[in-house]
Amino acid sequence: MLEMGIWLILIALAILSFASLYRSIKGPSVADRIIAINVISTKVTVMILLISIVLNQTGYMDVALIYALVGFITTLSVSKYLAKGKLYE
Amino acid sequence: MSILRDLLSLTFMAGGLFFFFVGTVGLIRLPDVLTRMHATTKCDTLGAGLIVVGVVLYLGFTLASLKALLILAFIWLTNPTAAHIIAKAVVQKDKEKL
Repeated sequence: MLEMGIWLILIALAILSFASLYRSIKGPSVADRIIAINVISTKVTVMILLISIVLNQTGYMDVALIYALVGFITTLSVSKYLAKGKLYE
Repeated sequence: MSILRDLLSLTFMAGGLFFFFVGTVGLIRLPDVLTRMHATTKCDTLGAGLIVVGVVLYLGFTLASLKALLILAFIWLTNPTAAHIIAKAVVQKDKEKL
């Protein structure tokens, strides 16, 4: 019963990720796109966590940790580039 | 006892899914960059927090649940930082435009 519920939550999270992808494609400014990609990154991290417990493979949690790290660095560098126009001094 | 724990865990996960839904609706429907950011940071902290609490309840007291709590701490540390930096960039761009 719990596995069925977790699969349903995973499908709903995937649909919500595609709904946020709409804002990232259509967004009028660059900041809208950065926000949408940040939200999608959080959703994919949570989805990897749920997949790791529903497949009973706890090693996938390291993948979720690395994914969160890479998403944070992406957001940081793109918004710094948006603010200053260059990445390094 | 086990079915009670499963039900509690599923309830927490459904709450997290509700907050993710609210954040996505705010991201699509709200009119401005800063209001959109307001909605999505809510969805990041509360939605991810409730789902990870559900995962920890499901796993019990193991090393994997400690890893899940580590991921949650990382998300809670980095998402407000990222939102702050994006907001700073947006404000700076607006000042340059004026």
